[in-house]
Amino acid sequence: MNSDKITKYILFGASLLILVVAGGMLYSLVEGSLPSFRVFGWKFLVSPEWNPTQGDQHFGALAFIAGTLFTSIFALLVAIPLAFSTSLIVAEYFRKTWFANVVSTCVDLLAGIPSVIFGLWGFYALRPFIVSIGLSHQGFGIFTAGLVLAIMIVPYATSLSNSIIMMVPNELKEAAYSLGATRLEVIWNVILPNARSGITASYILAFGRALGETMAVTMLIGNANILPKGLFSTGNTMASVIANEFGEASGVHLSSLIEIGLLLFVITAIINATGKYIIKKFA
Amino acid sequence: MDSSILQKRKAMIATTHFGVRSFKSRLFFSIVLLFALITISIVFLIIGTLVVKGYHQINWSFFTQVAPDTFDAMMANASGKIIPGGILNGITGTLLLVGLASVIAIPFGIVIGIYLYENATKRYAGVIRDISDVLQGVPSIVVGLIVYLWVVVDITKGYSVLAGSVALAIMMLPLIIRSTEESMKMVPTTLKEAAIALGTPYYKVILRVLIPSSFSGLITGVLLAVSRVLGETAPLLLTTLGNSSVNWNLAKPVSAVPLLIWQFYNDPNMVNLIWSSSLFLMGFVLLLNILSKWIAAKKSIQ
Amino acid sequence: MAPAASILSIEDLSIAYDRDKYAVKNVTATVRKNAITAIMGPSGCGKTTLLRAINRMHELYPNISTEGKIKLYGDNIYEMPTIELRRKIGMVFQRPNPFPTMSIYENVIAGYKLNGIHLKRSERDEIVETTLRDVTLWDEVKNALHKKGTFLSGGQQQRLCVARALAFKPEIILLDEPTSALDPVSTAKIEDLLVELKQHYTIILVTHNMSQAARISDNSMFMYLGELIEYEDTKTMFTNPKDPRTEGYLTGKFG
Ligand SMILES: Nc1ncnc2c1ncn2[C@@H]1O[C@H](COP(=O)(O)OP(=O)(O)OP(=O)(O)O)[C@@H](O)[C@H]1O
Ligand SMILES: [Mg+2]
Repeated sequence: MNSDKITKYILFGASLLILVVAGGMLYSLVEGSLPSFRVFGWKFLVSPEWNPTQGDQHFGALAFIAGTLFTSIFALLVAIPLAFSTSLIVAEYFRKTWFANVVSTCVDLLAGIPSVIFGLWGFYALRPFIVSIGLSHQGFGIFTAGLVLAIMIVPYATSLSNSIIMMVPNELKEAAYSLGATRLEVIWNVILPNARSGITASYILAFGRALGETMAVTMLIGNANILPKGLFSTGNTMASVIANEFGEASGVHLSSLIEIGLLLFVITAIINATGKYIIKKFA
Repeated sequence: MDSSILQKRKAMIATTHFGVRSFKSRLFFSIVLLFALITISIVFLIIGTLVVKGYHQINWSFFTQVAPDTFDAMMANASGKIIPGGILNGITGTLLLVGLASVIAIPFGIVIGIYLYENATKRYAGVIRDISDVLQGVPSIVVGLIVYLWVVVDITKGYSVLAGSVALAIMMLPLIIRSTEESMKMVPTTLKEAAIALGTPYYKVILRVLIPSSFSGLITGVLLAVSRVLGETAPLLLTTLGNSSVNWNLAKPVSAVPLLIWQFYNDPNMVNLIWSSSLFLMGFVLLLNILSKWIAAKKSIQ
Repeated sequence: MAPAASILSIEDLSIAYDRDKYAVKNVTATVRKNAITAIMGPSGCGKTTLLRAINRMHELYPNISTEGKIKLYGDNIYEMPTIELRRKIGMVFQRPNPFPTMSIYENVIAGYKLNGIHLKRSERDEIVETTLRDVTLWDEVKNALHKKGTFLSGGQQQRLCVARALAFKPEIILLDEPTSALDPVSTAKIEDLLVELKQHYTIILVTHNMSQAARISDNSMFMYLGELIEYEDTKTMFTNPKDPRTEGYLTGKFG
């Protein structure tokens, strides 16, 4: 066999690693979830009860699914105005000026800050503030965790939107100005329709990030295994219940945590695939 | 044209309120500017908090001693001194974990990236690329969970450096694959074709042409991947747990700077060490970020 | 040029992109109503800058400074709201630029939509049809009104862009080399269209193509290094240029 063939086989062989890792992940998660699935079946998904006390064990993921969606959707709703504004500042209003540079550097810095540090800041700076303005007694809960999460996902929501907004041709904006449009009308009627799918995709990807964020949320959400009753209620997310209870779990408890991991894996994979599909198809 | 319609149209245009519209436009701009300023001031707030609260604990012993036990910390707090000890076990652990993860992820990532670049149009390569993208989006806690099942349970029979490194490597892999493919795309195809035309063996084309001419792109990608996993905490909780002393044994648990931060956070006596450790960690991550941007910028100027 | 027929007067207009680097210098001219005025000159002499100054599109550039006045029916345009001014003075660009997210139909009435004017269905239909007839595009697109404008040929797209500017019934239409990206057949159609349109509108046209200016314009300006060197009725300028620089340009010595 000549060396070119060998090289090709090596390249191809390495690519199999991706299949092995991804396939192995799915396999191990499914296999690890089976003991829990055998006991609770599909009810696992709709039962809000989570009781790890020996002898009285019962596990259902609904509280965490609800907690995750609640927190992430709230985070996304807070993040969108922040992200959309920074995108407009960087890619439209102050495009190519020093101020755009400052703003985008700051957003880059935000992306580099580790999750656990966001958690600390939320705990020591944001939480006391929330308590002091009387929004909540202890300051823990969906609201606090969601706010910090929102800040964390801003960089994911902006990086793609920025370049998409920049790509809207200048000629189209000029055409709109020449028809008498104000800047707001140009943004609304020309920039947004042209950049819509790319912006949507980046918000979907940011949402996917929010679903799986662990440390900061664990430190702020209050870790109560209950269905969240409202924005200021405590709760728990799928990721944070795994982080919290994994150390002491065994048997069906462990398997139930793995099943939650499987759910999280599937949900984030679907969300990310949707985002990537939109980018490929429309942007 | 029917002049009555024309008249009507002109009347309609005249009734659009110029003042209201330009006011709305300016109002919108103010709101956008306000939100952007909020975003950047949060960044300054976070970094400022770390610097202000963390800098006075950073001294020589911070880098040369392991983390104190909670009793020593309590005594120091009671007498108003700074907490003794440092985060040496965390720093060495982080270096070991990230180093080993790089050893695993960089070669595989680059080779797979080259494969995708070379077979860009193949269906199979498209599938690999998509799966790699999906892997990139897998939450880090789930990666930790899986590596727990693979390595902690089956291989090292306990929390270990190896398990932590495998988890970090899985997270680095998609980033390196993507950046390798992107930087290979920047290499002019004529360069490669010239080498092939000379009858150069394929592996030499890769080693002598493709990799050297995309080198700064590869470095940038690797640095970004490293900076992305440097602060990871959740997967390490499930794979390496932590260690109160310095450890170089790959089959044994090890500490890491983010794990120490988590540990300090859970111990009321250690509060003061949280900030210095966080400042150190963030400084390190940002340094890598800046370095990679700098290399990328330097390259693009040439 | 009798003042009674004038619509626009440019008075000592100077424009600089950067301090002291003037792109337009002390230009004074009066534009005749219901006529085609061509602006010619070598590349970089300030034609586009002058044209954009007429509907204040040049103000989109940062740091630009403008001195002097332009009066539309005697009112200084620099004291009007830009929104109102641009409604009265429409613009067509060098490359056809229909809005790609809008259909042909929506492109024609884009001005109304952008300005937040709500029209009844029947009014919209009426405006779209008459305007597309005005630009001789109606027969070609009447069965494809709800397709995207970007599916049309370059020449059709450019006529659509003229329609978009006309739908608002402006007083003046500014065109910046509107045929330079088009083939000769499409160019001829646009030229015929402009001659047709001057009955109802005043047209100011930047062109690099001297024979185009000779064919369709009534008056011609020749600019050089930001200055207006010569402004005559077209026939006079082409047969008997006063300035040696004009003559040099028209005989192909530079530009
Ligand atoms: N956005 C800008 N910023 C700075 N200078 C500019 C800008 N646009 C044009 N200029 C300068 O102003 C002068 C006049 O430019 P303008 O575009 O008006 O010329 P033109 O006659 O339309 O040229 P062409 O025939 O090439 O279109 C030129 O020297 C040009 O370099
Ligand atoms: Mg020009």
